[in-house]
Amino acid sequence: MAAPHRRTEPLPGPDGALIPITPRMHWGRWVIGALAVAFVLWLVASVVFNENIRWNRVFEYLFSPKILNGVFVTIWMSVLATVIGLSLGVVLAVMKLSRNSVLQWIATGYIWFFRGTPVLVQLIFWYNLAFLFPFLTLQVPFTQIGVRWDTNDIMTGFTAALLGLGLNLSAYFAETVRAGIQAVDRGQTEAALAGGMTSMQTMRVIVLPQALRIIIPPTGNEFISMLKTTSLVIVVAGNDLMTNASQIYKQNNLIIELLIVASIWYMVLTAIATFAQSRLERRFGADAVRLVRGPTFAQTLLKRGSPAQQAQTATEAMASIEEKATKR
Amino acid sequence: MNASLVRASGVTKSFGHHQVLNGVDFEVRPGEVSCIIGPSGSGKSTFLRCINALETVDGGSLEVAGSQVGYELRGGTYRPWRDRDFARFRSGIGMVFQRFNLYGHLDAVENVSCSLVNVAGMSKDAARERAMAELDRVGLAAHATKRPHQLSGGQQQRVAIARALAMDPQLMLFDEPTSALDPELVDEVLESMKALALGGMTMVVVTHEIGFAREVGDTVSFFDEGVIVESGTPDRVLSHSSSPRTRAFLDKVL
Repeated sequence: MAAPHRRTEPLPGPDGALIPITPRMHWGRWVIGALAVAFVLWLVASVVFNENIRWNRVFEYLFSPKILNGVFVTIWMSVLATVIGLSLGVVLAVMKLSRNSVLQWIATGYIWFFRGTPVLVQLIFWYNLAFLFPFLTLQVPFTQIGVRWDTNDIMTGFTAALLGLGLNLSAYFAETVRAGIQAVDRGQTEAALAGGMTSMQTMRVIVLPQALRIIIPPTGNEFISMLKTTSLVIVVAGNDLMTNASQIYKQNNLIIELLIVASIWYMVLTAIATFAQSRLERRFGADAVRLVRGPTFAQTLLKRGSPAQQAQTATEAMASIEEKATKR
Repeated sequence: MNASLVRASGVTKSFGHHQVLNGVDFEVRPGEVSCIIGPSGSGKSTFLRCINALETVDGGSLEVAGSQVGYELRGGTYRPWRDRDFARFRSGIGMVFQRFNLYGHLDAVENVSCSLVNVAGMSKDAARERAMAELDRVGLAAHATKRPHQLSGGQQQRVAIARALAMDPQLMLFDEPTSALDPELVDEVLESMKALALGGMTMVVVTHEIGFAREVGDTVSFFDEGVIVESGTPDRVLSHSSSPRTRAFLDKVL
């Protein structure tokens, strides 16, 4: 939050002469601030200067091939799972809003199931799909034409992770998309229908593009969240950052050191994704985004305007006060 | 001599338990400008929306261009229209809304060309050229690349009129087109509508602008409590009304 605006221009006194303002010192704020800084420094120091952490090993592993490979898998997995989640989420949302009640019920049931079961359970389920279906077959009905795979060949840790994370995200994202679609003014739909478009065209050409501007900000959040949720993939050995880090510390017992390595990478990825999100938001209608999230730090700074502008508004304010005073 | 373009008889409509239309009889011949006046909540906007099937009718008969709205007579029975039948029907009727309803993500010229591309199947270039011509007609060619929020209310409504005209409608419906406008912007919209009326367009105009109804309307209908209380030439309804309800309403608004 920005600091409250502090007036520096003098005020007219009882006899009309201008009297300057003496700023107040907020001693309570200073004391509490100092205490808070001291506490945070103590916390940080107790970790950084902890002799049980071997920082040289942290830096040694930070750029080791196995960790870098894990980072790459984590990024790739997050992107793919988010794409699956987003596209399926849009389909589910449209189904849920359709006039066909069968489609509505299917979407509702899907969302209930995937939001109602822990994502950890879903990951393990997909990984062990072979117990249910040892073989996966794609076949043209009533013919011998088709393909057949061993389920265990297909359901690697990576694909199980993609399915588990993607399907799970789609259930959550469907609700976001539904809210976005419903937030588009009803008049837009009516104008499109009156213009001779079918309901499908109206949705595709008029409603969805406008809903997108409302949907984009939460999308960025979902992706950032997904970057870290992929660490659950450790249970199905998905070769992601967390899996690889854990494999290393299980061998050399440098548990904290490798958790720090993984955390540093997750933080770097999150920072990059946050930056990308703000760029994305700027592209898709700043108006809609501002409704969902407040202005960013940089925007707040820019909005304060130049000192010249501030001086001008202050002079205007003075003029209006003087005007009122003379009227009296 | 002329067959009616719109003919309603005994049209009823309710939202839940609330009866909005109580048997509306109404007629518009090609080339006519028909103004509908009446107090808020009297059902006049609902009736207008029934004409292009944005609302369904519960009872009575509503014909546009000689056939029932929403139903197709086939094999001795009426079958409800499919989605694309509604779309084809509406593409021949232009509608202008109280709140403009310009597409918020498109600029002015894209608003006008949208249906040309997606409904009439024109190429993007041809549609754009046509849309520019329509914008020029309402005097807004200079604002073609502006988004709706960059335009004044009056300009937005004129873009909306251009958007409806681009599809070469045989009938134009206006739903209180100036009610959401600041007073100083009302005239520019009314001027566009007047030019349209002089050009021979068939129009049904729900309005609170009694002056416009008097000057431009061929007929004026007074709506109250879901029925048309009185209908006739502007002079008869607005100046020499025999109905106390009409006179009471006119006393309030004039």
